[in-house]
Amino acid sequence: MWFKGYKLPNMSSLLIWGLLWEITGQLELTFFVPPLSEVFVTLFNIIGTPAFTKALYETAVAFLGGVFFAIVIGIPIGIFMGRNRLLDELLLPWVNIFVSAPLTALVPVLMVLFGFGLKSIIITTTLFGIWIIILNTRAGVRQINRSLIEMSTSFGASPMDAFTKVYFWAALPEILGGVRIGVIRAVKGVIIGQLLISIVGFGALFELYASNFLMSHFWAVLIVLFALAFTISEFLGYLERKVSYYAASR
Amino acid sequence: MVMSQTESAFADAQSLEQDIAVSVQGVSKNYGAVEALKNMSLDFPRGQLTSLLGPSGCGKTTLLKIIAGLLKSDTGKIIVNGKPVTGPGPNRAFVFQDFALLPWASVMRNVAFGLELRGVAKSEREDKAAKYINDVGLAGFEGAYPHELSGGMRQRVGLARALSVDANVLLLDEPFSAVDEQTRRKFQEDLLALVANENKTFIFVTHSIEEAVYCSDQIALLLPRPSRVHEIIRPNINRAIGVESIRRAPEYLDIVDQIWASLRAYVE
Ligand SMILES: Nc1ncnc2c1ncn2[C@@H]1O[C@H](COP(=O)(O)OP(=O)(O)O)[C@@H](O)[C@H]1O
Ligand SMILES: [Mg+2]
Repeated sequence: MWFKGYKLPNMSSLLIWGLLWEITGQLELTFFVPPLSEVFVTLFNIIGTPAFTKALYETAVAFLGGVFFAIVIGIPIGIFMGRNRLLDELLLPWVNIFVSAPLTALVPVLMVLFGFGLKSIIITTTLFGIWIIILNTRAGVRQINRSLIEMSTSFGASPMDAFTKVYFWAALPEILGGVRIGVIRAVKGVIIGQLLISIVGFGALFELYASNFLMSHFWAVLIVLFALAFTISEFLGYLERKVSYYAASR
Repeated sequence: MVMSQTESAFADAQSLEQDIAVSVQGVSKNYGAVEALKNMSLDFPRGQLTSLLGPSGCGKTTLLKIIAGLLKSDTGKIIVNGKPVTGPGPNRAFVFQDFALLPWASVMRNVAFGLELRGVAKSEREDKAAKYINDVGLAGFEGAYPHELSGGMRQRVGLARALSVDANVLLLDEPFSAVDEQTRRKFQEDLLALVANENKTFIFVTHSIEEAVYCSDQIALLLPRPSRVHEIIRPNINRAIGVESIRRAPEYLDIVDQIWASLRAYVE
């Protein structure tokens, strides 16, 4: 961001919004928005408590599980769809439906199928993240230079070699982009899962704080969640930039 | 090289029952309604460089890919070293017009990639690759990435990769079309040295008449609609007279003119 010719440090827009938040809170316009400073005080008070660490742990397990399956299932499906016309025509309509479907509406069905525990929450998380990973991987594979494929074929690449040594790497910039968006969607998935399926983790904290009108607690947990999602997304963005040197010259 | 009378007579007799490395027999290929190749037959003598010369769209790439086993022909067959081709094989290596390098891999890994796919152990394939990186004049660039290299250097990587798998037939699809004229001439010299030293059969696609006449032992002149071999020309250029003299030699210029006359009707 630039201001009157000066380059402002990254994320200085956050400072402006933070300031606005603080002022709104100090004016006591609504109980819904307590001052940001109060939120941070609450944040430091709850962050070490057993209730919080337990919630963080439960959420992390469900989130990492869900993201793991979204990635290890999504990437191969995307590669196969990009390579195989028949599979692509079979699956693409479904992927397109699910990528934009209101998945929250499916959660009750998942509960019936898979019970009220961690399993359903992980599946919900996977379902939120996987579709965009499939679509991006597919797009990445479809734009692979034909002659790279012919090159590996002409030197006798086995299908497995072609998959792991050419397709995956050639599509990596798009795959990472898909994973980054998928991970952000999975954050949404894990919280919705925890709210709807079984009241555990951050979902339980949100439920507890919101129903007791503990707004500064509510915002404190939301800020933690945002910070975690932001860190992961920045890390994936960093990986994406690391492969961008060849994204342009494939 | 000076040959005695009997020796050269003997060589001529031998060339009559020449050792054929690659034989194209009655090959046709259609892309939907487009007739890319029609009943084409052509022999490629072992240890020589044969150019496929013709205007673009006449099926040169298609023929080369069929020989490589990358495309299936509709009719006819390809015989390489006496055996029919059913797919890609270790006796043929391809050099691509657009280089086809792995952009995420170093020069070393790219050159060794053919060997890597054939399951050669890392230290062994890197030794071999290092030799060919050196041979094509890229010593010192082993750790560089394709985007850091010029077009000419990238094609040297592609060439080194094809050489390192030690196939006895090299298929080159307009390998020099994306490099500048100076580099191109240097490449032609290097290619001639390879033909002389490596005892491999080179099948070389080009649309440059001068390049074909300058480099080839044999030129197959292809014409489109329907694509067929119009003429086989053996330039027999005496290369001993030196690069500059060749490009001014009457027999060189005559052959260039003769080919141009055959092609003119199709280009206009
Ligand atoms: N994959 C393809 N699908 C349809 N037509 C093709 C395909 N590849 C080549 N052709 C057509 O076949 C003809 C020969 O192509 P090609 O072998 O690439 O010629 P050249 O290499 O001599 O320029 C051209 O008319 C081209 O348009
Ligand atoms: Mg071509």
